[in-house]
Amino acid sequence: MKFITIDKKDWAKGIEKSRETYRLFGPVKDKNGFLIKRLEQDILPDMEYHDSIMSAKSILFPQTEKMLSTTLDDSKKDHHIMKRDQIDTTPRAIIGIRPYDAKAIQLVKLNFDTDDYRDPYWCDAYEVTTFVGLAINKPGPFDFSTSTGTGPFCEEGLDILLADLDDQFLAKVLTEKGETFISACGFDTIGDEKESSALFDVLRKEAEKNIVSHIETNKLKEKTILELHEAPFWDDIAFSCINCGTCTYVCPTCWCFDIQDEVKQKDSVRLRIWDTCMSSLFTRHATGHNPRETKVQRVRQRFMHKLKYFFDKYDQGIMCVGCGRCVKSCPVNIDIREVCNIMNSYEKQD
Amino acid sequence: MDSYTTKIRELSAALLEDEKVDFVIGFKQGTIPMATSPHIARTPEQAQQLIWDNNCGINLANYLTNRKEKIGIIAKGCDCRNIVTHIIENKINREQVHIIGVPCKGMIDKAKITLLFDEEITSYSENNETITVKTLSDEKNIDKNEFLKSNCITCTHRNPVIYDELAADLVEEQVIEDPFPDVRRIEEMTADEKWNHFEDLLKNCIRCYACKNACPLCYCPTCFVDESSPQWVGKGQDTTDVRTFHYLRAYHCAGRCTDCGACVEACPMDINVRDFTRKLNKDSFEMFGWEAGLDLSKRPPLDVYSPDDPDDFIK
Repeated sequence: MKFITIDKKDWAKGIEKSRETYRLFGPVKDKNGFLIKRLEQDILPDMEYHDSIMSAKSILFPQTEKMLSTTLDDSKKDHHIMKRDQIDTTPRAIIGIRPYDAKAIQLVKLNFDTDDYRDPYWCDAYEVTTFVGLAINKPGPFDFSTSTGTGPFCEEGLDILLADLDDQFLAKVLTEKGETFISACGFDTIGDEKESSALFDVLRKEAEKNIVSHIETNKLKEKTILELHEAPFWDDIAFSCINCGTCTYVCPTCWCFDIQDEVKQKDSVRLRIWDTCMSSLFTRHATGHNPRETKVQRVRQRFMHKLKYFFDKYDQGIMCVGCGRCVKSCPVNIDIREVCNIMNSYEKQD
Repeated sequence: MDSYTTKIRELSAALLEDEKVDFVIGFKQGTIPMATSPHIARTPEQAQQLIWDNNCGINLANYLTNRKEKIGIIAKGCDCRNIVTHIIENKINREQVHIIGVPCKGMIDKAKITLLFDEEITSYSENNETITVKTLSDEKNIDKNEFLKSNCITCTHRNPVIYDELAADLVEEQVIEDPFPDVRRIEEMTADEKWNHFEDLLKNCIRCYACKNACPLCYCPTCFVDESSPQWVGKGQDTTDVRTFHYLRAYHCAGRCTDCGACVEACPMDINVRDFTRKLNKDSFEMFGWEAGLDLSKRPPLDVYSPDDPDDFIK
């Protein structure tokens, strides 16, 4: 494994240099907190951030994305024939992505990149993206990532993992893509492998020790879907829910989308737009029938999908990386940690 | 606030024991600092989970819409005004609700407190007007009155306007000489400045609809944004569609909004949605002398006709 030490004094210069080949994305301070955004000219990723309100999922899966377009002008060639627009295949790098968000992208990949079907929009974006992670030295009080198969120093889905050592970053280069990015930045001070590896280990253990929030998922697998589906606790869990889409939109693993056609004069576009299972429109059929008409059905669906259906279907743990965003952003404080523990400990009474 | 909690639990448990109501709607302690969660207590034991503190900013009238049961509800001044509006608009009957009124001295602005720290807040406690907030490496004692939600700062109806019982003594109402300085500031802007102000206001909107879903006024069976045959508004992030949603929603609330601030409280992006509704509240007040939700016998100004209307065009 290759380690590179980066003096923070050289950081800005290296990042600027990488712009010659990469489009950069990273944490930027906004009005009410941090967002992961395109880093426009002269804007550097704010590596002091502890958390972002929205995750990095939108870099590969924008909230609104043009899929196809055409013209309705009969005099033009190929009118009414929907075609994919030219896409920008310039390499991208997401700098400072948190390890749990990188893990989340691997979970989203299970949906967009399968043996049967490959979503061209998501996959093309994924292929040109380099994930430069920033390990979490001091996990926040809502971080329960170690209970969800990731953690503050998890390397899954990353090309580089950076550890913040006050006056320098120590970079663990994990893949070839990572190697290419580090070279593009001109960072070439090789760190001692044994020493660096030991240091990462110490920092990881220290960070994991500081995680105070945990959930139990060990019994979810053995329960039947119907047992949980028919459990008596859903009414109380759903009572306070206002059915907004906040939890699904801030979630790094929620991947559902809607497809909409829009026309402006003679220009027609087909858009992919984030959808949310909290909305009644999500399941309304063309007939008007709605299989998930009530709030409690929708709330149950969200938690069953994340904590049971996904678990059963993919055998890759739950569809949650423990970032805690939904816990913090929910206007009525519905807490997935609580719901998960209720589901996990539920025993059907005969 | 502990005395409020004790009294709320006592009154609610009694209502449930005497079977005067089917359940009581109030707040329970949240799972994270500065959070509460709307709670339904069906038994006297569940009533012991009810609490009251400075984080009860969500409007509980929102949970009454079209319910058929007999309901006990814990309601501060603005919640009561929305209960009045609900009764006037036939969303609930007066006889169905037993209101435990809570005289209120304002709720706190969580976003403002969060901005005091670089780290996440790990604990919150309150002692009268003093609030103690801690992070992993910092601790601050702050005065509640300096961190009130902006709608609470200008509130002149802290006491419940209708109630069956009270959880505490009535509080002194604030006298606000200039209730709309924020609206005037926007009114005084040039057209370009206004445009930029509202563009900046909405730039982070993710269209989660937390604002409308937290609002007791937004009870349409199908909101115009969810109309699908035909569809009225685009669903993406196109600024025209984002604006359309916010502008239309505000107009639907004209003359009905009680300025409870639940929309702002609910917004995950901290958008001050009240910049829209406040202008309409000011117009309602200046043109019709109207404040919503104060009187069960009066209909909102935009759905009444008066023979002595000062405008000629309508006669």
